Amino acid sequence: MGKSKANPPKSPFQKGGLQLAPPFTKGGLGGISFYAAITWLILVLFCAASVGLWPFPFTVDQIDAEHFAALPGGAHLLGTDATGRDIVARLLFGARVSLTVGICAPLFGLGVGLLLGMPSGLYRGWTERTIMTLADVILAFPGLVFLLVFTSVLGPSLTTITLGLGLLISPRFVRVARANTIRFSEREFIQAARIGGAGDISIMLREILPNILGPLMAYTLVVAGFVIVAEGGLGFLGLSVPSPTPSWGGMIAAGRDVLEQTPHVAMIPTAVMFLTVLSINVIGDRLRGRYDRA
Amino acid sequence: MRFIWSKITHLLLVVLAVTMLTFVMTDRLPADIAAEIAGHGASAAELAEVRERLGLNRPVLLRYATWIGGVCRGEFGKSLITEQPVSTALRSHLPVTLELLALSQLFALLLALPAGIISAWRSGSPLDRVTGTFAFGCASLPNYALAMGLVFLFALKLKLLPATGYTPLNAGIGANLKGFLLPALSIALVEWVTLMRVLRSDLIATLKEDFILLARCKGLPTWRILLVHALRPSCITFITVLGMQTASLIGGAVIIETVFALPGIGRLLVTAIFAQDFPVIQGGVLLITVSYVCINFLVDLCYAALDPRVRTGVTDG
Repeated sequence: MGKSKANPPKSPFQKGGLQLAPPFTKGGLGGISFYAAITWLILVLFCAASVGLWPFPFTVDQIDAEHFAALPGGAHLLGTDATGRDIVARLLFGARVSLTVGICAPLFGLGVGLLLGMPSGLYRGWTERTIMTLADVILAFPGLVFLLVFTSVLGPSLTTITLGLGLLISPRFVRVARANTIRFSEREFIQAARIGGAGDISIMLREILPNILGPLMAYTLVVAGFVIVAEGGLGFLGLSVPSPTPSWGGMIAAGRDVLEQTPHVAMIPTAVMFLTVLSINVIGDRLRGRYDRA
Repeated sequence: MRFIWSKITHLLLVVLAVTMLTFVMTDRLPADIAAEIAGHGASAAELAEVRERLGLNRPVLLRYATWIGGVCRGEFGKSLITEQPVSTALRSHLPVTLELLALSQLFALLLALPAGIISAWRSGSPLDRVTGTFAFGCASLPNYALAMGLVFLFALKLKLLPATGYTPLNAGIGANLKGFLLPALSIALVEWVTLMRVLRSDLIATLKEDFILLARCKGLPTWRILLVHALRPSCITFITVLGMQTASLIGGAVIIETVFALPGIGRLLVTAIFAQDFPVIQGGVLLITVSYVCINFLVDLCYAALDPRVRTGVTDG
């Protein structure tokens, strides 16, 4: 990198197609929207985790033959869907799918990103070229083709969808981890550690990792929102979790058929997904604003 | 020149790897195309005969080599189901995708340019905050949800536009455009956000430069400063983001194509995957990958032309 302080701007292809807009908010954490976002996420997480524990009048696939596509209110708090299943119950259990995918897939990507990105940023040369070519191949692979083939081969289940999405986004993490590693790899404290006799692994784990974890976590949040949306998109192709298990995407997709008569069947899960993704984006944006300023 | 050649070999390698990976992956698809073609109740001998005819019993890598050889001669094979040449299928589906792409990027531009300029010019003002918040909301909406909202409003309630369906261009340009309006809007309303925010932050940086101050001192009108002096140097990131969005939309509009029943490349691919129609999958993936890689290459070239530091490979470890 030489000694020049100003990093030359990287072309987007080298950045790996990270279409990240600059953070919307420049300040630190805090503010009403930030706390509202945190509250909503905690609420959704708590409900999704504990929904099996407290008594709930309806189950996920219990059909109420008297209320098809009932409007919100009455016995069913948010109404029923086209086949007479309680929307609240399906939303709560569907949250498990969306949140599992939204948490596990980015974490998987983060793991792969750290595992491959740090060595390629530290060693450069052949290691870097091989890993980056691999990352480019997955980036250039049409994403939906990858997911479609992946889920049809292994069978659509929560695990395959999470794994498929995780694999699909991991090259982006590899690139972010590599870029951040390069930023630190020539710094004095790394050299000091080297003189102190630290090995490569120790340098990666004890010197580089703590420094790049912050920006990477902020990026993880951005990806989490994207992944929740993507899982919903699979519902439209009939490739989300198999049928009796509800998912937000599957609920939205199912609501499309009855959009004209009973729009609430699609609108309610859409609103819940929107609020969740919005909350994640608000928090992610705050974190990014913090690290961009630093 | 060395920069260009090393990029080209790298990109060729990427295309080869992607197509080979597709071969290996699609080979494992659960649907059995041979049984489909041989028909119900076909004997084992008939099945074997169909496999033999389609070349399905040869090793994957050998089939890949044959396919690549064909591609180099300009032959993409025939669909196993419709017997239609893959190139014809692609050529009939590509215009739909391209029209959707062009329209959605046009809408995104129409939203992003004015919003970006105004919010950079009056950054921190209530107008900027409202635009920013609106944009933030748009970015958190899935485009399929937006699509359904738009269909509900404009097609089902107001009955202004068709909810789904594709009218070919030769049936009249008006009817054709009407069918594309809602799908293009649903994509644009999500895509414009990144464009707007990139433009806004670059413009804000440019507006702090000395030459803008000079232009102001000369008494130039604001619109001239914004549109002529400030916009051009702030456009680099904007244009590259636009290019990258276009590249990812060629294969990435599948869900919008599904919701609106548009016969684009994405639709073609999804049907081919469900039917295990290998040649069509291969052709589609090749088309998407090559265009993705080419657009990115062009964006890279633009960058190199604009910034010599990229050209000399300072960042290109």
